[in-house]
Amino acid sequence: MTSGVDLSRPQQQTVGSDEDVVRVRQMVRTVAVAARLSLVDQTKVVTAASELARNTLVYGGGGTVEVTAVDNGRKPGIRIVFADSGPGIADVDLALTDGYTTGGGLGLGLSGARRLVDEFDILTAPGQGTRVTITKWSR
Amino acid sequence: MDRVPILKIGDILLVSIQVDMSDQTAVALQEDLAERIVATGCHGVIIDITALDIVDSFVGRMLSTIASISRVLDAETVVVGMRPAVAITLVELGLSLNGIRTALNVERGMELVAAGRGYDDYDEFDDGPDPAPTASP
Ligand SMILES: Nc1ncnc2c1ncn2[C@@H]1O[C@H](COP(=O)(O)OP(=O)(O)OP(=O)(O)O)[C@@H](O)[C@H]1O
Ligand SMILES: [Mg+2]
Repeated sequence: MTSGVDLSRPQQQTVGSDEDVVRVRQMVRTVAVAARLSLVDQTKVVTAASELARNTLVYGGGGTVEVTAVDNGRKPGIRIVFADSGPGIADVDLALTDGYTTGGGLGLGLSGARRLVDEFDILTAPGQGTRVTITKWSR
Repeated sequence: MDRVPILKIGDILLVSIQVDMSDQTAVALQEDLAERIVATGCHGVIIDITALDIVDSFVGRMLSTIASISRVLDAETVVVGMRPAVAITLVELGLSLNGIRTALNVERGMELVAAGRGYDDYDEFDDGPDPAPTASP
């Protein structure tokens, strides 16, 4: 991405098409590099973001992704919020089970993304949309 | 939408994925490959993912589907060039890439396609582990 982008500010991307999912991956990569994540950790967080952005698109009916470079005083990291106002998830534990899918996928997106990051938080209720927040810290 | 080019080299179709594919592009590649296998009668497909910096569940599923489709069409698929960071991430994501043959690079992939035509082709159909490899001569 261009050097004109101020990475200390949150980067936003609307997710309304699968091209937007590609843009989310690129944005996450840029911020992960700036946060000095290792190559493996960059790969993990970009993969997790790809899964969650696709869920925002496919199940949430589209939404927004916000990517922020963060610092906890000891190390830098990256925080990403995926938000939609779709149907929400009735049973989060079930949705987080490996292999559970309502869409003919592999059912690995949510559970796999959780394994790939350091912090994973999901806020959802039927009819209330879904908001997933993930954080990955530099080691 | 980008389309991934498919090259024919002898009896093999070579696909070198150079862009971060959208889901639509991945699905189109699947369909293009099936058509090209039938049109050319090729018996091998090599998918070079050296340039891919991630493989998520969608692309992983696409690779498995291509392997299955090509097997039905009497062609062997080998995925080559997976980066170490991608392999580590795939495993943690939980993607097993069942039934997909892999090789380090295009040359090894071509050898594997040639050899694969000779023996032990179809044990990927069952879900169990492959039998322990026997010492090669
Ligand atoms: N943003 C969302 N809004 C509503 N439901 C969701 C959302 N994200 C996930 N879900 C539900 O959780 C299930 C599991 O999601 P997950 O990403 O793990 O699997 P999948 O998308 O079905 O398949 P995969 O991601 O492996 O291709 C989905 O099938 C869907 O029912
Ligand atoms: Mg998913």
